[in-house]
Amino acid sequence: AIPVRSSRLPLLSDAMPAPAHLFPLIRNCEISRIGSTACYCHHRHLCCLSSHFAHSHFRYAPQKKFAALYRPKENFNHFIHTRDHASASQRFYLTPPQVNSILKANEYSFKVPEFDGKNVSSVLGFDSNQLPANAPIEDRRSAATCLQTRGMLLGVFDGHAGCACAQAVSERLFYYIAVSLLPHETLLEIENAVESGRALLPILQWHKHPNDYFSKEASKLYFNSLRTYWQELIDLNSGETTDVREALINAFKRLDNDISLEAQVGDPNSFLNYLVLRVAFSGATACVAHVDGVDLHIANTGDSRAMLGVQEEDGSWSAVTLSYDHNAQNEHEVERVKTEHPKSEEKTLVKQDRLLGLLMPFRAFGDVKFKWSIELQKRVIESGPDQLNDNEYTKFIPPNYHTPPYLTAEPEVIYHKLRPQDKFLVLATDGLWETMHRQDVARIVGEYLTGVHHQQPIAVGGYKVTLGQMHGLLTERRARISSVFEDQNAATHLIRHAVGNNEFGTVDHERLSKMLSLPEELARMYRDDITIIVVQFNSHVIGACQNEEL
Amino acid sequence: AAGMFLRVLSDIQWRAANPKWRRMTSSRRSTSTTAEPHPVSLPAQAQVVICGGGITGTSVAYHLSKMGWKDIVLLEQGRLAAGTTRFCAGIVSTARPVSIELKMAHYSNKLYQQLEQETGVPTGYTKTGSLSLAQTQDRLISLKRIASSLSVMGIPCEIITPKQAVQLHPLINIHDLVGAMYVPEDALVTSANVSLALATAASRNGVQIHERTSVSHVTVQKGRVTGVETDRGRIQCQYFVNCAGQWAYELGHSGEVPVHIPLHACEHFYLLTHPLAEPLSSSLPTVVDPDGRIYIRNWQGGILSGGFEKNPKPLFTEGRNQLEIQNLQEDWDHFGPLLSALLRRMPGLEALQILQLVNCPESFTPDMRCIMGESPTARGYFVLAGMNSAGISYGGGAGKYLAEWMVNGYPSDNVWPLDLKRFGTLQSSRTFLRHRVMEVMPLMCDLKVPRWDFQTGRQLRTSPLYDRLDAQGARWMEKHGFERVKYFVPPGKDLLDLDHSKTFYKPDWFDIVGAEVKCCKEAVCVIDMSSFTKFEISSTGDEALENLQYLFSNDLDVPVGHVVHTGMLNEKGGYENDCSIARLSKRSFFMISPTDQQVHCWAWLKNRLPDDSNLTLEDVTWKYTALNLIGPRAVDVLSELSYAPMTAEHFPSLFCKEMSVGYANGIRVMSITHTGEPGFVLYIPIEYALHVYNEVMNMGQKYGIRNAGYYALRSLRIEKFFAFWGQDLDAFTTPMECGREFQVKLEKGMEFVGQEALLEQKQNGVYKRFTMFILEDHDTDMDLWPWWGEPIFRNGRYVGKTTSSAYSYTLERHVCLGFVHNFDEKTGEELVVTTDFINQGEYEIDIAGQRFQAKAKLYPFSSLFTQRRRKDEVELSGYQTE
Repeated sequence: AIPVRSSRLPLLSDAMPAPAHLFPLIRNCEISRIGSTACYCHHRHLCCLSSHFAHSHFRYAPQKKFAALYRPKENFNHFIHTRDHASASQRFYLTPPQVNSILKANEYSFKVPEFDGKNVSSVLGFDSNQLPANAPIEDRRSAATCLQTRGMLLGVFDGHAGCACAQAVSERLFYYIAVSLLPHETLLEIENAVESGRALLPILQWHKHPNDYFSKEASKLYFNSLRTYWQELIDLNSGETTDVREALINAFKRLDNDISLEAQVGDPNSFLNYLVLRVAFSGATACVAHVDGVDLHIANTGDSRAMLGVQEEDGSWSAVTLSYDHNAQNEHEVERVKTEHPKSEEKTLVKQDRLLGLLMPFRAFGDVKFKWSIELQKRVIESGPDQLNDNEYTKFIPPNYHTPPYLTAEPEVIYHKLRPQDKFLVLATDGLWETMHRQDVARIVGEYLTGVHHQQPIAVGGYKVTLGQMHGLLTERRARISSVFEDQNAATHLIRHAVGNNEFGTVDHERLSKMLSLPEELARMYRDDITIIVVQFNSHVIGACQNEEL
Repeated sequence: AAGMFLRVLSDIQWRAANPKWRRMTSSRRSTSTTAEPHPVSLPAQAQVVICGGGITGTSVAYHLSKMGWKDIVLLEQGRLAAGTTRFCAGIVSTARPVSIELKMAHYSNKLYQQLEQETGVPTGYTKTGSLSLAQTQDRLISLKRIASSLSVMGIPCEIITPKQAVQLHPLINIHDLVGAMYVPEDALVTSANVSLALATAASRNGVQIHERTSVSHVTVQKGRVTGVETDRGRIQCQYFVNCAGQWAYELGHSGEVPVHIPLHACEHFYLLTHPLAEPLSSSLPTVVDPDGRIYIRNWQGGILSGGFEKNPKPLFTEGRNQLEIQNLQEDWDHFGPLLSALLRRMPGLEALQILQLVNCPESFTPDMRCIMGESPTARGYFVLAGMNSAGISYGGGAGKYLAEWMVNGYPSDNVWPLDLKRFGTLQSSRTFLRHRVMEVMPLMCDLKVPRWDFQTGRQLRTSPLYDRLDAQGARWMEKHGFERVKYFVPPGKDLLDLDHSKTFYKPDWFDIVGAEVKCCKEAVCVIDMSSFTKFEISSTGDEALENLQYLFSNDLDVPVGHVVHTGMLNEKGGYENDCSIARLSKRSFFMISPTDQQVHCWAWLKNRLPDDSNLTLEDVTWKYTALNLIGPRAVDVLSELSYAPMTAEHFPSLFCKEMSVGYANGIRVMSITHTGEPGFVLYIPIEYALHVYNEVMNMGQKYGIRNAGYYALRSLRIEKFFAFWGQDLDAFTTPMECGREFQVKLEKGMEFVGQEALLEQKQNGVYKRFTMFILEDHDTDMDLWPWWGEPIFRNGRYVGKTTSSAYSYTLERHVCLGFVHNFDEKTGEELVVTTDFINQGEYEIDIAGQRFQAKAKLYPFSSLFTQRRRKDEVELSGYQTE
C-alpha cells in the first residue's frame, strides 16, 4: 500500500530488463512464482510508471535525489552478476547465523498464561515479526489483551508516505476499540478516576516487542482525545450491550476523525504540531482482529489481510480469507467509490488501479490529502511549520480532486465463529501476500505448528511395519521438525519462506542470504515491509465452548 | 482392532480358568460378555469394602481373607483386572533401591510363584531372571549398591561383565556397556491373571466380588468410615480400602471429608512385536537398560519393550472421564527416543514386525514411592495406590502389609516411607502433582545419587527469611514442601551445575560445609530451622499434663521452663515420633517434632487425646520462625541482644524462656541445638523474624557469625551420635535399642504407651542396637562415600544396615549410624544383642560391594568434643550422663 513510494520508481524499469535475465536458470514453469517474489515490484510499478503521477513525481523530485538514486542501478547489476560468480559473492553472502539474526531481530512471541493445563482463553498465544524493506520500516503491529472486557486485540498497520500515521494508529486504535467496548459503568468509573486524580483502571495489557515504541511526547494529547471520546460515550449512554462490530467501526472512524481534527487544530508545542501534521498527511491501513472465546471479528481498512488456517479432517491445510482488500482489484470497492462521487468523476476516480491514480489502498487512516477540501489543506499547510511547507508531497494536490473526501477509514468487519478445526489466524501486511499465496501460507504455518505439537500421529494400524522402518520414519520426522525448530516463531518461519523460497517451495539459503543483504536502497525494489502476526487457537477451549452451546 | 488384543487374551485365559467365584457371585458371563443386569444385589453391610479390582485391590482382599477376615466386599467399576493391571508389562523385579520396596517385591515374587498351584488359575509365572545394564561407571555403582542389599536379603544376585551378559541374552549389544547386574529369580507374569488368581482365592475365602459397581463416595461420621455409596446402593462398613489406582485421588476427594491421596497419571508406552523368525525363548531374562530408559522382556516369541521417557505426558489432571483410558492414542513420535534406545541395545530387532504400541497410563506419586496406610482424617479409611509403574512387583507385598495394618493395627515392618501420612494437603494440589510427576517419571531411570532433591514443586513453604538467605548464596533442599538450606555458597565460589554435581564420591560442597561446621565449633552459626513441626497443647486443668504423660515416654512433669527430649511410642515401644517438649506453663506445652511429622503426629495425637473441650491441640508450625544459633559464641550474641545473662547458671541446658531479642519481645528461647553443640533455638513469631535475624547477624559479626545449612547440622549430629526420627528411628525402634533408656520414665511408676514392651526389653534385652561406626580405612577423597542402607558386617557376617552417615570434620573420618542385630548362625533367628556383642566384633561396612573396616561405638566421643571448650557450655543432652 504505497501510493508514492519514492522517485526511484521510474528508474527501476530501466534497471530491470526482464525476469529471465535476472535468473537465467529458472525454469519456465516457475517464472510466475519468481515473478511473485523477487520481481513483484517490477510488475507493480510498471503499471504506474507511465502515469502522469509519475511525471508529477519527477517534477517535484529534487534533482540531487534523482542523481543519487541512479547508483542503485549499478549495484543492482552488480548483484545480478555476482549470482553466477562465486568469487564476488562474498560481498553479499550471509552465514546462516547472520541470516537468523536479521530474521529474528523483531520477532516476538506471547503465550497466554496457562494455569495447570487449563487455558480458558481460546487463544494459545501469538507469534509476530517484521522484516523491514523501507528504512525506517513503515509497518507497525500491535497486540493487547482487553482488561476490562474479555478478548484480545491484534493488528497490523501498513504505513505509507512515512510511518507517522501507522505509528499513531498502532498506539491509539486499540484504546479506541477497548473504550468502545466498555460498559457504561466502567466508563463512568474511569472518568471519575481521572476526574479525582485516582489511579486509572488499566484498560489494555500490551504485548510489545522492545522495538515497538510509544510516543511519550504525544501521550497527553492522545489521552485527551480519547477522554473526550469516552465522555461522549458516557453522555450518549445507549444502555445497550455493546456490539463488537459497531464498536470496531466506531473506533476506527473516531480515531481517524481525531487524527484529522488534531491536525486542523494544531498544537502550541512545535514538535507536537509537526507530529500531528505528519500523522495526518501520511497514511496507514489497518487489519485488526478481536478474539473473544469463539467470536472472532476482523476489522479491515485497506489492503492488509487476515487469513484463517483450517485443518481439514485428513490433516491437510486450507485457507479462509477473513477480510476484503480495499483496492482496485475489489469490484465492490471500486463500485462503492464510484457511487460516492458524481458520475462526472467516474473516469478519474480509479486510474492505473489507484485511487485518483495515486493511492493503492481505497481505505486508510490519515491521508488527509484525500479527505480534506483543497482550501483546508492549503490553510493547514500554510499555517503549518516550515518543514511542511517545504515538502513537495504534502503541498501536492491530487489531480481531479473535486468532491472530497475520497478516502475513508471505516473498516469492513467480518465475523467468524471459531470452530475446532480453525487452528490459527494470520494477520499480515501486503508485503507477505504479494509474495505468497494464501494456500501456501496456510500449509507452511500449519505444518510448522503441528511439527511443534506432533499433531499428525503415525498409526501402525494393520500395516506391516518393522521396528527398523518405524525408526527410520521417526528419525526423518524428527529431522523435519528440527529444521522447523530453527525458528521458534511461526511469523519468522513464514518470513523465511516468503523471502527465501526457491522454485521448489523450499527455503534456499543462498537466495535468502542475498535477499537480506540487499543494500538499503535496493531492498525496497525486491520486497515490501513484511509484518506478520500468527495467532494460534486453542482447539480444546473452542471445542468445549461449542459443546456448551449444544 | 489391535487394541482389543490384550483384552481378548486375558479373557480367554481367565475363562479357561473358570474361577469358582464367578459362578458363586453370578452366572452372567458364562456365555457372553455383553452387559447384563446385575443378578446379585449388594450386601447392605460388610466389615470391609475394597474399591478397585486391580492387582492392589485383589491383593488386599486376598491377604485380608487369609488373615481371617471374611466379611469383605470388593467393588470394581468395570471388570476385574481391566485397568492399568491389564495393560501392565508383567515384570516382577526385586532390584529396588528402597529396602521396604525390595522386601515387598521379594514377597510378591514368592507369592506369585505358588499362586497357580494354590488357585488353579494360570498366572503365566516364568522365572526368567533380569539383567540390569550399566552404560556408565556411576550406573554400575548404583547397581552394586542394590546388589549389596539384595545379597544380604538372601536374594541371589550377581554383578557381571558385559560378556557374561550377552551369554544370558544373545540379542544384547554390549559395546557400550561397562557391566550389568543379574538377578536370576526375577520373573514374568500375566498381570491380569495374577490379579484374577488372587481374586479367585479371596473369593474362595468368602470375599464377595462385584464388578461394574462404582463407588461414588465414602461416608464418614465423627472421623470414622461408616459406609460406601455406590451406583447400586449403599453398603455400611467399618473399613474402606481405596485401591482405585489412578482414580484414587478423585475418589479420595469425592467424600465430604476429603482424603488426600497425592498421585497423578502419566501416559506410559510400550511396544509389542510379532514373534521373531525364530521365536524368542520365554525363559530369556528381562533386560533393563536404565541409561537407555527402557526395559525389554520376551513376549509370545517377540518382545515387549517400554520405557520412561524424559518428557512424560501427564494426563487426567482435570480428573476427566475415566473411560478415556480405553481411547488413549499411540504416539510414535513420543516413543521415538525409546525406540532408538531399543534398537541400539538390540540392533538385531530391526526387521521385527510391530504389533502394537500400547498406551497404558500409570500413576506416579510425588516421591516415587507408593502410598499405603490409613487416612489421617478418617479412621478406617485405608489406601493402597500410586504404584509408580511397579504395581505387579509391589502388589503382593503391599497388599500383605496393608492387610496386616488393618487386622493388627500395624504392619510387620517399617512402612513409614510408604505411609500416606508422610503427605499432607500440601502435596495434593493438582498443579503440584502434575509438575512433580513429570519429574518423577523420568527419575525412574535417572541415576539417583546421594542427596538428590526434587526440582519441581518447589518454593511452596518458605521461611520469611527465604529471600535474605537466598541472596547470601543459600542452596536449597525440600522437606515436606518446606525449603531448607543445604549450605551457603560463599561469594565468588561456583559449584557445579546440578547434572555435573551428581556423584557417589566426595561432593563439591565438601569444603563449604567444612567451613560451616568449623564455625559452629569455634564461633557461632545461624541455621533457619523453621520447617520443624510445632504443636501447642494446653488445657484449663491438668488434662494436658495427664494425657501427655500417658502418650510420651519421658517424664513431662518438670518445672515450668524445662525442655524434655521424649519419644512418642507405640504399644510395642517403637518411636512414632521423637520430639522435644517445653513446658511453657503448668498447663501448656510446646512440642517440636521433625518436619515430616506434621500429619502423622497430628493424627496420632488427635486419635488418642480425649474429645475434651478443655484440652486444645494446635498446630503452630506456621506461626514461628526458628533460628538455631549453634556454637560457643551463641551465648555472647544472645546476651548482648537481650541484656540478659545467658550463661549456664542463668540459662541451663534444656531450658526454655520467653525473652526479648533486639526490639522484639516474646521470643521463645530454648537452650537446645539438635546437634549436641552449645547454643540456642529461637522461636520467633514470624512478623519479628527478619528483625531478629538482622539483629543476630549484626551483633554476631564481632563473634564471627555466619549462616549455615542442614548439611553442617547433619555432620554435627551424626558425629555426636544423635539419632533422627525418620532416618534412624522408626516405629520398630525402641528407646532401649538406641541407648535412650534415660529418656524414659520407667522407674517413675507411671503408666504410658509402650511401657510394657520397654519393661520387657529391659528385662530380656534388645534384639538390635543402634551403633556408631567410624570408617577406618576409607579414603574420603578417593573412595565411594557411604549414604545409608549400607550392609554392616560383623566378623564377616551380615548384622544390619546403616541408617545415616556423614563425614565428621572433627574426627576427619566418615561416621555411619546403624543397627546391629545378632542373627543365629544356623537358624537366622534374632538373638539378644548385648554390649559385649557389639564391642567384641570386627566390623565392616559394605559400600557398593566394597567393604571398609569400621570401629563400632555405643557412646559418642564426648571427651574429644568437650575438651575444647569450657565445661559449663556443654549441652547436657543426656548422652554425656551415661
